[in-house]
Amino acid sequence: MTSTTRSNAKMTATPATRVLGVLAIAATALMAVLGLFISPADVIQGEAVRMLYLHVPSIWIAYGAFVLTSVSSILFLRARKRREDQGRHYDRLAGSAAEVGVVFTGITLITGMLWGKVTWGTYWQWDARLTTTILLFVTYLGYLALRRLPADPMVRSQRAAVMALISFINVPIVHYSVDWWRTLHQKASLSVGRRPEITGEMYWTLLYSTLAVTIVATWLMIHRYRVIRLEELRDEEALAALISSRLKNDDGSN
Amino acid sequence: MLAETLLVARKDLRVEWRAKVALGQVAPLALLILVVLAFALDANSSLLELGAGGLYWVAVLYGGTLLIQRSFDVETDDGNMDAFRMSAIGAPSLFLGKSLALFVQIGLLELVLGSGIALLYNVRVTDWVLLFVAAVAGTVAFSVCGVLWGVMSAGLRVRATLLPLLLVPVLAPILLAGSRAFETALGVRADAGWTWASLMFVIAAIHTAIGLGAFGFLLEEG
Repeated sequence: MTSTTRSNAKMTATPATRVLGVLAIAATALMAVLGLFISPADVIQGEAVRMLYLHVPSIWIAYGAFVLTSVSSILFLRARKRREDQGRHYDRLAGSAAEVGVVFTGITLITGMLWGKVTWGTYWQWDARLTTTILLFVTYLGYLALRRLPADPMVRSQRAAVMALISFINVPIVHYSVDWWRTLHQKASLSVGRRPEITGEMYWTLLYSTLAVTIVATWLMIHRYRVIRLEELRDEEALAALISSRLKNDDGSN
Repeated sequence: MLAETLLVARKDLRVEWRAKVALGQVAPLALLILVVLAFALDANSSLLELGAGGLYWVAVLYGGTLLIQRSFDVETDDGNMDAFRMSAIGAPSLFLGKSLALFVQIGLLELVLGSGIALLYNVRVTDWVLLFVAAVAGTVAFSVCGVLWGVMSAGLRVRATLLPLLLVPVLAPILLAGSRAFETALGVRADAGWTWASLMFVIAAIHTAIGLGAFGFLLEEG
């Protein structure tokens, strides 16, 4: 490990993020207790309703992460216009948010399928909400694939930023699919400006779960951001070492 | 702008006419896909008649992706992207010109595939106008989406695998809308065929607007 890498190694573990990590574990544990033991079973859905405490917050986090990806991409493109070396921060933020968004969209799909098996008797239905969600998932997997390509970092980031903005069109389509089409999927349990579909302990458990999952997602995002930064440093160092060895060889041959 | 658009489209079509990849390789391959899909459904004629609309658009998706890939391969292999950047032709004209050329190529592919399903799947058209409008709408949408996402993967080393990954989720709604509209036109489904055809025009309009705005940006340093 070179001196620069060593001095930056602590970047993935600051005292603040350690505290956040501990908080995330505690919040998840409390969420499990509330969701599995304190909150009652649903009259219609039975025990399967407990899946909602992970399913609903996961998609909200995914939406939020994709919003952050889009906003960061716009800021990156604006900063990039002013000076080439500016905007890397926003690009890293977009990348780390998209990764978290994809993970939580995956969790949404898995928990939804398990819930579907119990409630509908099948893991998958070609329902508008399910279909648009899997398209959203695959679209952002494509975005992540674009970010990983071996190409000039600025070109790659620029194309990824445009792709992030186009991909975001899918988010409102997924969210409003239950209103726009006749679907098997139930309407949103919680939404702004509408009376919640659930009440009492279930309502508070769902709200708390959203908070707990947000803490976990924030912790993950911060770490992914730092790992991306470290990867960039590693690449820069590798390039610098390569150039310096090439210069030494050239001097030797002269 | 119109002259520039036509110039770019003519250039692409001339390259294609000389190479004859679309008609010589892609169209026969897409026809082969129709045959293989029939095998997958156990050559059940009633199933094929029911699913003809969807199977047609799957074959278009496959062949269209190859044509889109090729449309940018000919540019990057010979360093034409640099020539585009250096030329006085505006990015919107480039976008529209390449879309127009792809529209012609995918349209020809669809004519071949249309004849294919008529012969192989034994379908009967009940609404020719809807069939034509849906085919045009789908082709426009395929073309503009193809150019927008094609330039995104142009010049990258793994573009052969990247382009389908980026493109297929975007083309999936077109595939769905095209299938539903065709099913109505073929009398298999009493559905809102015109609504589905309109949806394809909306998708095409959104991607055209994005393409006109972002194409120049995506061409930079590709």
